[in-house]
Amino acid sequence: MQQIFSFILKNSYRLLFLLLLVISLTLTIQSHSYHKSRVISSANFLTGGVYQQINNVNEYFGLRKENQELSAENARLKSILFNQKDTTLTPNVNVKGIDKAEIIVSKVIHNSYSTHENFLTLNSGSKDGVKSDMGVINSAGIIGIVDKTSKNYATVISILNVQSKINAKIKKSNHFGSLVWNGKNTGYAQLIDVPRLASVRKGDTIVTGGQSIIFPENIGIGVIDKIYTDNVTNYYTLDIKLFNDMTNLGYVYILKTKDRDEVMKLESETIKNE
Amino acid sequence: MNSTLLVNIARFIFLLLAQVLLFNRIDLFGYINPYPYILFILLFPVNGNKTGLLVASFLLGLIMDMFWNSGGVHATACLVLAYFRPAIFKFSFGLSYEYQTVKLNDVLTPERFSFILIAVVIHHFTLFILEIFKISFIWDIFLRTIFSTIFTIITCILIIYIIKPSKR
Repeated sequence: MQQIFSFILKNSYRLLFLLLLVISLTLTIQSHSYHKSRVISSANFLTGGVYQQINNVNEYFGLRKENQELSAENARLKSILFNQKDTTLTPNVNVKGIDKAEIIVSKVIHNSYSTHENFLTLNSGSKDGVKSDMGVINSAGIIGIVDKTSKNYATVISILNVQSKINAKIKKSNHFGSLVWNGKNTGYAQLIDVPRLASVRKGDTIVTGGQSIIFPENIGIGVIDKIYTDNVTNYYTLDIKLFNDMTNLGYVYILKTKDRDEVMKLESETIKNE
Repeated sequence: MNSTLLVNIARFIFLLLAQVLLFNRIDLFGYINPYPYILFILLFPVNGNKTGLLVASFLLGLIMDMFWNSGGVHATACLVLAYFRPAIFKFSFGLSYEYQTVKLNDVLTPERFSFILIAVVIHHFTLFILEIFKISFIWDIFLRTIFSTIFTIITCILIIYIIKPSKR
């Protein structure tokens, strides 16, 4: 017994190192597995608060661009409004063909794009009704999926994250594929597993597919920039030039899909019955 | 003793704030960031409490991880650096480093430079291996380590030079 104590005392420095190393490695590995609950995240009081302060200052530098974007969107919405024959028939304004979703407007207060696994932090949280797995878009197109929420903040897995995988399709032909990112260029994402049967051409538009319950169908993603064929499998890999400049994001929309709970419940019941 | 403790706490907070407010936002060429916050570990007194340094480095890395949403990547890298710090001292300044009073924040000599270089390389290599976490990206890991190391060393030396006069 005494020997054990003396061993521990003698090697206390090394043991402490190993203990802390195990803790930090556990956190690291946990962060690399998709959708595990993150203990260490920027959606807590301290870090969220600091980012909010930084953003308050930063906002002044982007006012001109923000104004331009808002006026452009205003013009677009007005054109929809004026072209409508009877405005009373449409109860609320749609954002690019979304009908089943309710929208929470939120602001990006921290944006990372220099690593392989990038996250955004938004300044609305569970208090505003944000939950995990909600889709996040802005007026140009898709941005990511909500990962974790706290009372006032939420983190978003950006599409510039090598672990994100979003169902997408070619607008023209309805062929499906998965949108991933290879970690190289912030302006481009990749659409993989597109069948050879699909006719793809440079410049075709890519939108979200209907197979996902996170995003409604037909939200813009980008246009095809390069086409690669894989000789081993019979699939195309497409380089997609994103509509969004992911390095410069301001206000975003979080989508509450009304049917989501219903679909989830149905699916979990189906699995249980099997 | 008490004043060194206070200086180190101040350095901890100052470097953390500088890293979050300033250096994390540089993003040179889209992916290169300097990480001068490890100066805290480098400048910690040579004869200081080793266990204290280990715990402090772990906390420093953990707070960085919170801001950077990176799990435990920075915590691991800082911990590894803090653990190997005595060995790097021994390598750079010779066996009897503990008896000479080594001062890092002074004129840059080859010994001091080699110490900073080795420490930064160890930290960055651990950091990028864990951050990218895929063997297929090994080339990317090396590239990022090399560029970030150069950048970090330049900022570290600049910070050392800027802070030095105020100590007199």
